[in-house]
Amino acid sequence: MQELFNIFVKSIFIDNMVFAYFLGMCSYLAVSKTVKTSMGLGIAVVFVLGITVPVDYLLNQYVLAPGALSWLGPQFAEFDLSFLSFIMFIAVIASMVQLVEMVVEKFAPALYSSLGIFLPLIAVNCAILGGSLFMQEREYVTIWHATSFGLGSGVGFLLAIVGIAAIREKIRYSNVPPALRGLGITFIITGLMGIAFMSFLGIKL
Amino acid sequence: MSKDKREKEPLFSAKNRKLLINPLHKDNPITTQVLGICSALAVTAKIKPAFVMTLSVIAVLGFANVIVSILRHGIPPRIRIIVQLVVIASLVILVDQVLKAFVFDVSKQLSVFVGLIITNCIIMGRLEAFALGNKPWPSFLDGIGNAFGYGWILIVVAFFREFLGSGTIWDYPVMEQLGVYNFGYQNNGFMILPPMALIIVGIIIWVQRSKDKSLVEEN
Repeated sequence: MQELFNIFVKSIFIDNMVFAYFLGMCSYLAVSKTVKTSMGLGIAVVFVLGITVPVDYLLNQYVLAPGALSWLGPQFAEFDLSFLSFIMFIAVIASMVQLVEMVVEKFAPALYSSLGIFLPLIAVNCAILGGSLFMQEREYVTIWHATSFGLGSGVGFLLAIVGIAAIREKIRYSNVPPALRGLGITFIITGLMGIAFMSFLGIKL
Repeated sequence: MSKDKREKEPLFSAKNRKLLINPLHKDNPITTQVLGICSALAVTAKIKPAFVMTLSVIAVLGFANVIVSILRHGIPPRIRIIVQLVVIASLVILVDQVLKAFVFDVSKQLSVFVGLIITNCIIMGRLEAFALGNKPWPSFLDGIGNAFGYGWILIVVAFFREFLGSGTIWDYPVMEQLGVYNFGYQNNGFMILPPMALIIVGIIIWVQRSKDKSLVEEN
């Protein structure tokens, strides 16, 4: 239990998707103009990461990893399909996003309308695929570790995007040099936020 | 009919040249279109991985644009995203296998970022915005042009980070050769940390936009 919590906290603060690995940067920059929309995107990302990472974990454990196919019979034990993981992961992500979209539309129309366009768009958000690839690289022991990693990464992204959106809402009233307005200053602020987040590196978990 | 037209148009007509040149500066994917930032920042601690990443993106983007452009009349609009993803993912698998075979150490350094070319928004963005509506040759030029536009930013950022952070250029110890360490110079370890990449890109944007006022945003 403690271990799961550690992974969760670690992926929020120390291995933050945005500040430590720059994943999901495109939507992070494009959708962070107001707090409200960035909240919507952030929640959608938490949702999708929390589902796709465990599903991809199962896929990796039982189909793709070297020797994973041994449950089919001893003659399959030699197979190594890991070169297929990109295409399988992206297919899972695209279809899970579609599925999540349909489920949310059916059972939570209010949430669906507030997420709007963001839900289909996160199929191509690098944070989602990145989550699955990191999960594969780090070789988590059980599906629960993978799930808490997925959820934690999603919450980290949510934290980052809501933070930058709040700053951008305020910075509109400041006198930024014309050439830096918009994109430039956002980059620099993100860099400074990243440096601030690095102070979490000292925490031993 | 379209064949005649293509034969009349020279391969490097003014329009086609523009496709190639514009993304280098005015329509730069990173500083103007804001595409493909993720990988641009993560692989730039050293020039070598940045260079390999650039080559990979050039290959994937050029070919993906051509393939999608050839298929553009056959792809049903409703499922185009997944078709594009499949095209891109297959190309990325090829690139990944090549990297693993020939430059294994760099491939280890790039870790998940080769795979993340799949979701690199430059590629999806160019496929959506250009290849779906244009012939293969212009699409190819557009792809190559954008990949170069992406690449030069990558290499500039990597140059500064490696030079100031590790005192080397392409693993060649420039600072040591210059002997500046004897005067008490120290490498700025800060430059190797990931956030500095963001700040350097921010500065590049600043310089570019101060030179070219037309790119300045309202807010």
